[in-house]
Amino acid sequence: MKFGPWQKRSIPLAWLLLSRQPLRLLVALAGISFAGILMFMQLGFRDGLFDASVTVHRLFDADLVLMSPRSMSSISMSGFPRRRLVQAMAHEDVVGTTPVNWNFLLWRNPETLTTRSILALGFEPSAPLFQDPELEVKAQALTNPGRVLFDELSRNEFGPIPKWFKEGRIVETELAGKRVRVAGLVRLGPSFGADGNLLTSRETFLDLLPSTPPGSIEIGLIRLRPGSDPEKIINSLRASLPSDVKVFTRQGFIDFEKNYWRTSTSIGFIFSLGAAMGFVVGCVIVYQILYSDVSDHLPEYATLLAMGYRLKTLLGVVAREGIFLALMGYVPAYLVGQALYALVRSSTKLPVVMDPSRAMLVFVLILFMCMSSALLAMRRLVDADPAEIF
Amino acid sequence: MSHWFGKGITRKQILHTISLEIAPGEVVLLTGPSGCGKTTLLTLIGALRKVQTGNLWVFGNKVHGSSRKLRQQLRRNIGMIFQGHNLLRCLTAEQNVQMGADLLPGLSYRSRRDKAREWLHEVGLRDQSSQLPQDLSGGQKQRVAIARALAAQPKLLLADEPTAALDSVTGREVVYLLKRLALEQSCSVLMVTHDPRILDVADRVVKMEDGRLLPPFG
Repeated sequence: MKFGPWQKRSIPLAWLLLSRQPLRLLVALAGISFAGILMFMQLGFRDGLFDASVTVHRLFDADLVLMSPRSMSSISMSGFPRRRLVQAMAHEDVVGTTPVNWNFLLWRNPETLTTRSILALGFEPSAPLFQDPELEVKAQALTNPGRVLFDELSRNEFGPIPKWFKEGRIVETELAGKRVRVAGLVRLGPSFGADGNLLTSRETFLDLLPSTPPGSIEIGLIRLRPGSDPEKIINSLRASLPSDVKVFTRQGFIDFEKNYWRTSTSIGFIFSLGAAMGFVVGCVIVYQILYSDVSDHLPEYATLLAMGYRLKTLLGVVAREGIFLALMGYVPAYLVGQALYALVRSSTKLPVVMDPSRAMLVFVLILFMCMSSALLAMRRLVDADPAEIF
Repeated sequence: MSHWFGKGITRKQILHTISLEIAPGEVVLLTGPSGCGKTTLLTLIGALRKVQTGNLWVFGNKVHGSSRKLRQQLRRNIGMIFQGHNLLRCLTAEQNVQMGADLLPGLSYRSRRDKAREWLHEVGLRDQSSQLPQDLSGGQKQRVAIARALAAQPKLLLADEPTAALDSVTGREVVYLLKRLALEQSCSVLMVTHDPRILDVADRVVKMEDGRLLPPFG
């Protein structure tokens, strides 16, 4: 007679070993979950911070971006001649361009009267800036001088601007020493370098920063004819434009900024190290639990060997204990991770979300943690000598 | 067959030219003072140790010079009952017995479980089937161990002082149960014991002293 795997099954020894010692199981699961939560948090912070560095970058309506070669990151932008954008317009596949001024200005909190640096973007209100179509309508208000659109996701230190504005109050404050009025709200989100953002017209921008040469911009957005090949156009633009400007694809522009924070700060290292510590702590806990579990049951394992069970079968029992621990420890780690991410989002406004690839990575790490610990604990099992039990 | 423990200058001979044969279905009792090598002999026959010198056949298989794998397979046909019951603490009485039945090839989970239940019934523990070893008395534990050993349908049963942890009445009960069930299976029994009260269950009593078998008396 042939039997399926279900009928071939035997007593689920691994499961019973774990579940009949609830206290030890609880300690093990607490340890694994803790390690998992630690890894989720550290990796979440790391990715969140890198993502946060490009919250504004992601919003631009552009296929290609021009930037000065001296610009290293969003917090140290240099200008280049606006003429380059006009030259790029000459290319047959370029259908539109938007010059953008980019700088940090001091914003006075109208409630506490303290000042704080805010990212100000200056653009032509008639030209498209972001992919969000709503902006086109709101941008009409910027045609009057001295008007700004305030980012309602800016940190609270800039004052209760969104609340006041929604209450219908006229919100006026000082920006770079000059009076401005909030003409509307937009939703961008704070980034790594900027705690808050505002949009204004180029005219107002130049008025606020008179030292900026009128023909100088910090980034130039280029939109291409649909279906054209950005790589080919980049190459021809690079060949035709002088070296005082660099051409990026949209993704290259985002990566350039992320790369700055990754390489010139210790953020990546610090948080990866934090995640590695979580991994090591988890390994130690699982190893301790499995090792003492095998040690405690050594006479019983020896008995099974004496009965004729193969060592391989018993090693499989320990391996299965590792798998069960990994599965059962991951679930609470995932759930608590989700909850903590929500908490981080609401208190820091950083875009920390449960990325599926990170969820997978942490699961693989936990599985690896449990399996390698199980492997180490198996060495103890080899000590089980059936001849010693009489 | 001879056996030594230790190495070099501390090497000590435990068994001196032992010669013993057990017929199928025979119940043999091995007695003698402690330290005379009874348990060592038992572990050799149980294929738990490598044979150093001499010849040992179990069911016609050569044990001397055999591989680890062959000895593991031989052990499937040898039931063992220990001084301590050596039950798995995290399994119920029925699951413990089934660990024995699980060694039988080509049976479904259900039929192995039914076998375990039958054996538990045979040893008179039908009502205790879902209890953990910690909730059973010493005699009950030893009866579970007997059921576990027999559930694997062994041809030889090795028992090392199965009554040591039991009082005299329980001890006798357990040994008689063991003999009756073993005989029903036509399974040979080699039992090491100090206990003079159970000598009458044996077909043959073999005495041992200082690693040598004493000549049979009577």
